[in-house]
Amino acid sequence: MDYLIRFSQSHETFRLPEIQALAVIEGIDLKVISYSLESPFCIVHLPSATAARRLIQRSILAMSVHELWGAGADLAAVHAAVCATTPHLWADYATCSFKFTLDSYQGSRSAADKIRLINAFSYLGFAGPIQMRNPDEEFVLFEDWPLNSTPLGIADPTYCYFGRFLGAGARDLPKRLDLKKRRYISTTSMDAELALVTANLALAAPGKIVYDPFVGTGSFPIACAQFGAVTFGSDIDGRSIRGDEKKKTLRGNFEQYGLLAGLGGMFTADLTNSPIRRAPLRHDGDGATGRIFDAIVCDPPYGVREGLRVLGVRDPEKSPWIIPKGKEMYKDPDFVPPRKPYSFLAMLDDILHFAAQTLVDNGRVSFWMPTANDEEQEIPVPAHPYLETVSVCTQVFNKWSRRLITYRRIPDNEVDPEAMKSREETIYVGKSADELNPFRKAYFNKFEN
Amino acid sequence: MKVLTLNFLTCAVKTCKSSSDSFPLHPKDAELASDDVEVNPQLLVNLLPRIDWNALRTTSTELGFPQLPEQPPTAEELGADEKVLKDLHSLLIETQIMEGKLVCGHCGHEYAIREGIANFLLPSHLV
Ligand SMILES: C[S@@+](CC[C@H](N)C(=O)[O-])C[C@H]1O[C@@H](n2cnc3c(N)ncnc32)[C@H](O)[C@@H]1O
Ligand SMILES: [Zn+2]
Repeated sequence: MDYLIRFSQSHETFRLPEIQALAVIEGIDLKVISYSLESPFCIVHLPSATAARRLIQRSILAMSVHELWGAGADLAAVHAAVCATTPHLWADYATCSFKFTLDSYQGSRSAADKIRLINAFSYLGFAGPIQMRNPDEEFVLFEDWPLNSTPLGIADPTYCYFGRFLGAGARDLPKRLDLKKRRYISTTSMDAELALVTANLALAAPGKIVYDPFVGTGSFPIACAQFGAVTFGSDIDGRSIRGDEKKKTLRGNFEQYGLLAGLGGMFTADLTNSPIRRAPLRHDGDGATGRIFDAIVCDPPYGVREGLRVLGVRDPEKSPWIIPKGKEMYKDPDFVPPRKPYSFLAMLDDILHFAAQTLVDNGRVSFWMPTANDEEQEIPVPAHPYLETVSVCTQVFNKWSRRLITYRRIPDNEVDPEAMKSREETIYVGKSADELNPFRKAYFNKFEN
Repeated sequence: MKVLTLNFLTCAVKTCKSSSDSFPLHPKDAELASDDVEVNPQLLVNLLPRIDWNALRTTSTELGFPQLPEQPPTAEELGADEKVLKDLHSLLIETQIMEGKLVCGHCGHEYAIREGIANFLLPSHLV
């Protein structure tokens, strides 16, 4: 049967990838019949109503799912479809309590119109009590109106759907994890809604093991733990994990939400000198050794406010005293190891390579990266022979955008043997932050050529 | 830091990666604590193939726990024997190193653990 998903009309490019990821998590065969970025209504084919409820239950961007009884360009077409395909279902709802609702997207109807539209369904013969609160069944007439239809005086919607409500998404979760009420956050904490969507795209689920190598205050691990995963994280800045060492700590956030069972372990580390064990990539690998994680999720540093940095000395010739001083001092608990600027593109490549080495087969890596809106300055989607791009979602701001890119770790025996060989050893030269980071450079040039 | 985490970590020094002596890291002056965490059988079954069993045996002995069997339990054994499940859970998930050091058996570098958080940042001569 066909089902109607009622999306929220926001984060449009994230919606379908989220639903497709949920279908993978739930092992549901999902076929998209019609979908458009401009509309909150999506028609899908699913094996059953139970599958529809399961598909939607942890969706952040879908509000509800409905058994689709009819659709068409006008109400007459909807009624014709309902009468042609659903009479065998009507008797099932003859005596239960029920209500009818009208959902007019970008449109409005007078109270009198609403009653008229609903009464037009009286032929269904529902004789049970009408109950506005918690009815046994809810039937919804959806209308898709053009933008500004009320001020423009447009008389009719462009499309209508009629369906039986089956289940709701998880629109309450972003409120539960709202940053405004979280104990410990920083300027780069990821907002709860997008962190949860990221967790869905990464297929976080009970028993899964997830890692964030740029963990900061822990937004992604928290979202993944909310879905039952056990999470690990690290950051080059140990203070971001420790917080004030009292209540405002990463651990405190897990505590606040009752998610401590999902807190695996956090440590201080630089991704480019990571202590995580891994085996070199090889075509004839056993497909298992060193592969630890089901998912890697992160928001790597953009290097805008502060240049992107990794461990090391920027210019050992110009400052030859740094290394000997470190040798002498490094055992001091207060020693802060020197850092050098690093290339943003090299960091993205490091993340992909790390993911290829540590993800189990079909495991996912989802990361955020900024780019310019202008096509000429756009940063291409990074590629790796062991990773297949699953989805690219974009959140557009005024002058720049950020993308959430998700990849799947393909099994070793599916990797093109030539691809790894021909993988160009791109060496990113340059020493200044701008030379190393095309996004930072465009940002400070205000995205003008 | 959980014993489980220790099983995922080797020395951060690049030249140590190829040496089998750099894994597992050896706890030194470790102060242990035990968290109360609900048993998660699904997690343990998923973890089983990802754990380096020999390394876990070493760690367990070094922390003063009874010697683990030579072979890891199978997923079926985990499902059938509650004691095996609970023991593994208590070692991997509940046992925490709160303070102390982790020492690389190859280069001797010591990584400090403070309040359960280990620090793997390296001085420049080791990067
Ligand atoms: C955009 S923030 C991520 C914020 C995080 N998602 C949160 O919810 O708080 C990037 C983080 O990467 C860390 N970082 C920067 N360079 C790093 C490196 N070389 N290795 C590991 N972490 C690094 C920064 O300290 C910062 O906490
Ligand atoms: Zn070492």
